[in-house]
Amino acid sequence: MLEIRDLHAAVDGTPILKGISLTVNAGEVHAVMGPNGSGKSTLAQVLAGHPAYEITGGEILYHGENLAEMDAEVRAQQGVFLAFQYPVEIPGVSNAYFLRAAYNAKRKAKGLDEVDPMEFLDLVEEQLKLVDMDPAMLHRSVNAGFSGGEKKRNEILQMAVLTPTLAILDETDSGLDIDALRIVANGVNALKRPDNAAIVVTHYQRLLNYIVPDYVHVLAGGRIVKSGGKELALELEARGYDWLLEAVA
Amino acid sequence: MNTMIAAPALLSQATAASASEAPEALRAERAAGHREFEANGLPTTKVEDWHYTSVSAIAESTFAPMQGDASGVTAEQLAPYIFSTSWPTLVFVNGVYAPSLSQTDNLPAGIRVLPLAQAVGELGDVVTRQLGTLAPAARDGFTALNASFLGEGVVVHVSKEMVIDVPVHLLFVVNDAGVGGMQHPRILMLAERHARATVIESWVGLTDGTYFSNAVTEVTVESGATLHHLKVQREGRNAYHVGTIEARQGRDSHYVNFAFTTGAQLSRTNVYTVLDGEGCGTTLNGLTMLDGEQHGDVQTRIEHAQPKCFSRQMYKSILDDTSHGVFNGKVFVQSIAQQTDGKQTNNTMLLSKTAQVDAKPQLEIFADDVKCTHGATVGRIDETALFYMKSRGIDNDTSRQLLTYAFAADVLETIENETIRDELERITMRRFTSVTD
Repeated sequence: MLEIRDLHAAVDGTPILKGISLTVNAGEVHAVMGPNGSGKSTLAQVLAGHPAYEITGGEILYHGENLAEMDAEVRAQQGVFLAFQYPVEIPGVSNAYFLRAAYNAKRKAKGLDEVDPMEFLDLVEEQLKLVDMDPAMLHRSVNAGFSGGEKKRNEILQMAVLTPTLAILDETDSGLDIDALRIVANGVNALKRPDNAAIVVTHYQRLLNYIVPDYVHVLAGGRIVKSGGKELALELEARGYDWLLEAVA
Repeated sequence: MNTMIAAPALLSQATAASASEAPEALRAERAAGHREFEANGLPTTKVEDWHYTSVSAIAESTFAPMQGDASGVTAEQLAPYIFSTSWPTLVFVNGVYAPSLSQTDNLPAGIRVLPLAQAVGELGDVVTRQLGTLAPAARDGFTALNASFLGEGVVVHVSKEMVIDVPVHLLFVVNDAGVGGMQHPRILMLAERHARATVIESWVGLTDGTYFSNAVTEVTVESGATLHHLKVQREGRNAYHVGTIEARQGRDSHYVNFAFTTGAQLSRTNVYTVLDGEGCGTTLNGLTMLDGEQHGDVQTRIEHAQPKCFSRQMYKSILDDTSHGVFNGKVFVQSIAQQTDGKQTNNTMLLSKTAQVDAKPQLEIFADDVKCTHGATVGRIDETALFYMKSRGIDNDTSRQLLTYAFAADVLETIENETIRDELERITMRRFTSVTD
């Protein structure tokens, strides 16, 4: 599904990613871990198409197509979804309107008819339960005045509505208490299917107690310095990152 | 310092108007208006209050008083500007009251709304108590000019303790027959103690021709009363519009004003209020949306004259092309006005590199126990929010449109009346997006 080959990326001329290669197949969950400043979030942003990041080398193939050439909105329409570390507040646009606009943009890209507001509310009702969200939240402005936990749940709600093929979760666990973490993780697990995949970017192992990865990759200095199975995450939890960084240096 | 522009053609019109026949109650104010206008003319940009707005084009104009020809205006033409057909509506066409297009038989008990000429006879006391006292002719050249033409206008009188749920709509329309003309309506509003009402002032141009509207509105909100006052300015693309609202508030009253501005090539809206009773408050909000070469100036002045009063201001502008927006928000806190709570925000979104804004908060505080804040921002579309929307599959154009609309919606949401709010939101949505619901 996703094939990253020797990816280099820079922001404002400063190289951040220095040769990342990663293959993600349908049905797999990959965890990307690493210390602060290792390039984890950059990788997530580059995959979603943030304009501030420049790809300076390598390539990203998504279903065999060059992802780097697609605008952010096209990537999303093709099934790429980034759950933001810091979801953006948009005062004045209701959550319901925003979700429906996103949902219809994807339908339109597939050549399907748009759904009207009533149909959409029926459709979103199930997904609200998945993230334990009050339907009243639909009528509030996107993320405006939401608590940290509500924002993250709102990201998973969007994911549930948009049913992405490739979901990238960027530090979705940061700032969450254990209950919110459980709700978010349950949401992600419920959305797992044989034909989709997820990349879970996280600093800590605790999220991986709830979202069990098939593979764990450790990023440091813009490169993957170690890959392994889920047991690697536990080892990192026990030993920290330093032993890996020393081994690389 | 040259602070006045003589306006010879306007002055000779004012001389003729102030000398023409008028009801006794209006004569003294007309004379005062003429005298002040002759002495002061119109302000130059050397006058601090008019620093960013040049009115020389008005001073040099040869506008003649509009003659009120309503023959070319139909109810169908007015339909898009009527918020609800079930609301009492007074229509003025080309400067003169048009009873055939108005609807006043649905006025509820407790409120009287009369054309000024009729009110002079029937509500004499209400007229004489307010006329020229809240907005004296000496205030500035435009108020003086308005006074010298006194004759057309409206009086809204809400009796004590009456709660009027149905908004009253005052609609001033100009069509091709008014081109080259000017109108100087005077509006008086009185909400007696513990009364509650909503009044909309609408200014509509059904022509692309040039004309000049110069309105003065005097508002009294007595103790415990609440008055919602909306000004919706949709004058023609080439019109000039100057409108001054001066309010005075009693103890525990609340005056709420919303100024919605999209029209005219040159407009100036003044919203002034004096918080003259303990514990009263005012909420002044507005949205200005300009494009092309439009110039729109909003000035507020809140005078905290008594203790424990609050004032809230939120003004937003969205400026495109080479348009120019001005906001000057003045808050004066007198020495006895302790425990004043004032807040002012002014946010502008520039949609083009050539649009321009001048924002000037002005706080003068003479009391020591007060809480007054102000903040102004000028910005473009938030790139982070733009990426967020695009990352959800919403295309670039739609994302930009929605973010622009959202910026405006934030202040429109403060409008209490749902019908008015929905309509202004719909107009705004249609302006920036292709979405119709």
